[in-house]
Amino acid sequence: MKLGDIINDVSLDVKTCNVCLDSVITGAYVSDLLSDVMANAKDGNVWITLQTHLNIVAVASLKGVKGIIIVNSRRVDEAVLKKAEEEGVAIMVTPLSAFEVAGKVYQLLK
Amino acid sequence: MPLNIDGCIEGSYQLIGGNFATAGEASTCLKLKLTELGVAETIIRRASIATFEAEMNVIIYAAAGWLHYYITPHGIKIRIEDMGPGIEDIELAMQEGFSTAPEWVRELGWGAGMGLPNMKKNSDLFKIDTVVGEGTTVEMVINIP
Repeated sequence: MKLGDIINDVSLDVKTCNVCLDSVITGAYVSDLLSDVMANAKDGNVWITLQTHLNIVAVASLKGVKGIIIVNSRRVDEAVLKKAEEEGVAIMVTPLSAFEVAGKVYQLLK
Repeated sequence: MPLNIDGCIEGSYQLIGGNFATAGEASTCLKLKLTELGVAETIIRRASIATFEAEMNVIIYAAAGWLHYYITPHGIKIRIEDMGPGIEDIELAMQEGFSTAPEWVRELGWGAGMGLPNMKKNSDLFKIDTVVGEGTTVEMVINIP
């Protein structure tokens, strides 16, 4: 499944890296602890979180995470979006909670 | 891609305490270097995680520090020295979930007490020297089989 296929089924506002939508998704990981994501997210995963600060881009980039879904319509700073665009990480914002979005992505990926 | 390491390749990065904006840059640079050198993906992943966690510890706790790396055909050695508060109880600090990070750092999703354990897990050799009030030096080796 491609990242773009998730966007069609889950209500997501894609803020950066439109070319990332062609990336193949290997799974998803839900966590707000950055060390946990570093330890347990897998290459090609989508990451679901409420964190919006700059370090999420570095963690995603280092782990080969193609997309970050920001929950609860949290606002993401311009600086973070700029960095994500540079690093080739898709930032997608959803009004859904982590629970709801994880449920939907799980249904799509299983 | 064959391994393309001739002798020893080394380098350093300066780390500034509190500088969250550039966190991960040293690890990203090292990752790119290892990729260029043709090091296996699994080894790069371990080195990246270990380095990023070490980098974060300097940024969170210390005034400043240095990250040095030495790459040989047999392994990657990473040494991080900081001018920080030092660690009072290493055994406790090595326990998953134990952290002395302040609340605002935890709100950023750091300070979950996973840094040092993650570093140890992802390295084949892990050594930590610390003097309270002076600083901490961590040495890690990730073997290239």
